[in-house]
Amino acid sequence: MTFSLAINETDIGEIKIIPHDMEKLKILVVDDEPGIRSGIERILRNYSVGFPFLNEDFSFETIEAATGEAALEIVEKGGIDIVLLDNKLPGIQGIEVLERIKKGQFDCAVMMITSYASLDIAVKATNFGAYNFVPKPFTPQELKSAIENISKHLFLKRMTRKMNKEGKQVRFQFLSVLSHELKSPINAIEGYLRIMQEKQVGDDINDYMAMIDRSLIRIKGMRGLIMDMLDLTRLEAGNKTRNIQNISVNDIAKMAVDAVLPMAIQRNIKINFDAGEELYLLTDASELEIILNNLLSNAVKYNKEGGEVHFNIKKKNNSLIFKFEDTGIGISSENIPNLFKEFSRIKTEQTREITGSGLGLSIAKKMVDLNNGEILVDSTPGIGTTFTVVLPT
Amino acid sequence: MMLKNKKLVLIVDDDPDYLEQLKSKVSGFGFDTLTASSRKEAEALLETTKPDLNIFDLMMETQDSGFILAYKSKQKYPEVPIIIASAVTTETGITFKVETEEDKKWIKADLYIEKGIRNDQLLREINKLLKL
Repeated sequence: MTFSLAINETDIGEIKIIPHDMEKLKILVVDDEPGIRSGIERILRNYSVGFPFLNEDFSFETIEAATGEAALEIVEKGGIDIVLLDNKLPGIQGIEVLERIKKGQFDCAVMMITSYASLDIAVKATNFGAYNFVPKPFTPQELKSAIENISKHLFLKRMTRKMNKEGKQVRFQFLSVLSHELKSPINAIEGYLRIMQEKQVGDDINDYMAMIDRSLIRIKGMRGLIMDMLDLTRLEAGNKTRNIQNISVNDIAKMAVDAVLPMAIQRNIKINFDAGEELYLLTDASELEIILNNLLSNAVKYNKEGGEVHFNIKKKNNSLIFKFEDTGIGISSENIPNLFKEFSRIKTEQTREITGSGLGLSIAKKMVDLNNGEILVDSTPGIGTTFTVVLPT
Repeated sequence: MMLKNKKLVLIVDDDPDYLEQLKSKVSGFGFDTLTASSRKEAEALLETTKPDLNIFDLMMETQDSGFILAYKSKQKYPEVPIIIASAVTTETGITFKVETEEDKKWIKADLYIEKGIRNDQLLREINKLLKL
């Protein structure tokens, strides 16, 4: 994994994956003694820092500078990750170099090499933003430890920044779309109410029934949206603590079928459920419920009047395969890529009357991902759709 | 006596209720209307019809569907005025103005309105753009 440097805070860091998972950090060694510089280069030449929890290793490329001025020139060009800075320099002192680096807001971490380990230099450097120190003379091991420390700090700082940035971007987009999704039904209902208030189509209330029906449908939609939003935000915040148990899949499946039965009966849709044997899964019951409820309700909602839903569960090798087959309106191939995105709803004449928040599939997919499974869709417009969920046991 | 030809207004919005309401409002003003509920549908209509005025919703299939549609319409019919309607500006803090020539270079619309605008205001703006 490499990070391309974000020198100015508005750049979006880019992650490229290098096959052998080795990232090279650029270290600038600033010391007027050539012996020290080459000594450090030798120590770091074959050194690498690893994160036990990541498949990451950092190795180092050493660049040398003999004066503070030369060092600043190199830092200004960009690309430096770590600066090893001796305080005693011929021209401007290390501490001033540190100050200028911090003022210039370069994305690098600075480590001071202090000759006399004097407290006042140490304090000053810390105030100016040095990450840590290494007092001269140092053993190779002491240098390596300090470098390990600073590399990890740099990595974590960049990861956090990247995640925050992505988080902010995603959150902003999400809020924009959400506000649109909520305002649309509100505007629509308000529009109808104004028409009724002004008696625009006459005094007979029967002439307003269609508008009243549509308003109620939109309200139902908003309610569903709010419920789904709560599920989603709990998920995103990671607040959903998982209660993993050995769950009876058949029980959850039967409950899901029962839940969707009223809607199915209303539309004269037959639900065929087959699970064969007693099946169990190590998972959080609510997660499985959400997956099954969402997919079953879609199979009914997007079905034709008098149609059928075939819901079956099979055990195959080390997985459970859930199949949801409907005889519904189907999904065109151009709509499939966006299916699992938040608020993605297919808006056509056929789906006009179907309520939904557009979050059901995205939530279901998140649940499937949480369980290390996969979800597949196959559809023929006008004929029907089959959703398949595979969960490893 | 010459019968005044009714002007044709193309209305595009992915919300079926809002589309119906705006259609009946604009017909009520005395215009002929044509509707589409997606950018794709609208583009197909524009291939065969030249409206006198366009009213496009901003967010449809994507967040910038309205902008893209306006751009394409201006390319095809530069003299047809375009109103872009949006519902989300106050929440997100994104505001659009199409007042200066500079604005018009980027946003190919002649007027931007917020959904919920009063009827008399809307009629006034439409008449202004149609030079009626």
